[in-house]
Amino acid sequence: MSIKGKAYVMGAFEHPTREAPDKSTAQLHVECARGALADAGLNKDDIDGYFCAGDAPGFGAMSMADYMGLRNLRHMDSTETGGSSYILHVGHAAEAIAAGKCSVALVTLAGKPRTSGGPGGGGGRPGGFAAAPEAAFEMPYGGTTHNQYAMCATRHMHEFGTTSEQLAWIKVAASHHAQYNPHAFLKEVVTVEEVLASPMIATPLHRLDCCVVTDGGGALIVTSPEIARQLNRPMVKIIGAGEAPKGTYGGKVDLTFSGAAWSGPKAFAEAGVKPADIKYASIYDSFTITVLMQIEDLGFCAKGDGGKFVADGNLISGVGKLPFNTDGGGLCNNHPTNRGGITKVIEAVRQLRGEAHPKVQVPGCDLALAHGTGGSLGTRHGSATLIMERE
Amino acid sequence: MSEQGEKKAPAARRIFPPAVNEETAKFWKAAEAGKLLYGYCLACNEPHYFPRLFCPFCFSERVEWREAGGNATVYSYSIMYRSPTGPYTIAWVTLAEGPRVLTNLVDCDFKKIAINAPAKLVWKPSEGGAPVPFFTLA
Repeated sequence: MSIKGKAYVMGAFEHPTREAPDKSTAQLHVECARGALADAGLNKDDIDGYFCAGDAPGFGAMSMADYMGLRNLRHMDSTETGGSSYILHVGHAAEAIAAGKCSVALVTLAGKPRTSGGPGGGGGRPGGFAAAPEAAFEMPYGGTTHNQYAMCATRHMHEFGTTSEQLAWIKVAASHHAQYNPHAFLKEVVTVEEVLASPMIATPLHRLDCCVVTDGGGALIVTSPEIARQLNRPMVKIIGAGEAPKGTYGGKVDLTFSGAAWSGPKAFAEAGVKPADIKYASIYDSFTITVLMQIEDLGFCAKGDGGKFVADGNLISGVGKLPFNTDGGGLCNNHPTNRGGITKVIEAVRQLRGEAHPKVQVPGCDLALAHGTGGSLGTRHGSATLIMERE
Repeated sequence: MSEQGEKKAPAARRIFPPAVNEETAKFWKAAEAGKLLYGYCLACNEPHYFPRLFCPFCFSERVEWREAGGNATVYSYSIMYRSPTGPYTIAWVTLAEGPRVLTNLVDCDFKKIAINAPAKLVWKPSEGGAPVPFFTLA
């Protein structure tokens, strides 16, 4: 069985806030859910499937479902793969809808690391890491997202000759898009030189190689084809999804590729399309190196050629071959609760609807990809790829 | 004690005691004796780290824990500057026996760290628990 054509993304909402000192995390989830329902033209009681991850306060999906008053639920899924969870949830929602287990699925993400988090943003991280089997063998070494992703960059540079200038082009491209987004946390266009001159965080990644830390969130509504046709919104059809965890495999560690090398081909095969067919790509951008590795692993260029591929504005809409993250992405716009997955789907939906900012809208955008890496590229992470088509 | 321009030295990095459980007690007991153990599968002859009582490759339970010689090479690394306790280097090193180990490269000139540089095992005490394995440039 395939999910191709079995479900549609009919509601998408990105919370405009980037700093929410006066709101609770649960409240932000609800504001996002209300926004996505209004976008779809549906009501709370239409929801019969609910999807959330570790940022949702409480006990799996149950606390938020109870708090929101979701009375008609017949399907729940709280699969946790960090920031990629919500991309994966859209695929799972399509599966559940295809199997008749629900017909209107809500996905929410929200949190406030900016105003209530600890070091590195903090908030939105699920507990339980201390009990993980790897904990005693990893926690003493001060691993953070920064330095773990940075080790991938160090190795990539060693194996393929990738340079800091090439990585900087990814931030430059994101900043070109962010200048048109009034909600973007960073709206200034930056240059390669400015990225390289920003403080070193974890070699070889500079401060401007890193995503922003923001409060906020987003929500999505995924529906059956029957319900989608009744709604007065452009129809964004889900045609392929893939997911894969990648880990350290008993010490057979290979930092040169991400789980996108496994999730990507599954999604492309299900969709029946090739990387070259994709008109717009939302690519997870916790760090510049994340983007570069995923672009290679998804097949937009050969392994090792990512540095050349991203240079010289090739990711800038209207300039390059692969317009990416036209909202400014996690690097400039928003990385709510340190998890960039839902905003990746939201901007892809905007592009497919023709609702992106006119300055960054890809003409005739009828096929888009959203891809995420959650967890740590340098140890273990969950990859999720989603391919959507404008009907 | 001048009040002007005196920079406080960053507090030393703390090494918290590793959490020991039923499965890993033997590993940390060996650590007390300065021995770094890794897993070796007698069914498929694959080594692994961190050691388990089963093989993560073939799932056999015919696994024994062997002592590593302490020699390794740097697979990748990053010098972390965003740290209240001063810069430190996280690294994956490849043991001479095969598996890669997440660690810190300590007590060495960070400028001399490079991929493929030889490294060797050193132990650091933790706060009230078993010592923790680190590596330094050889």
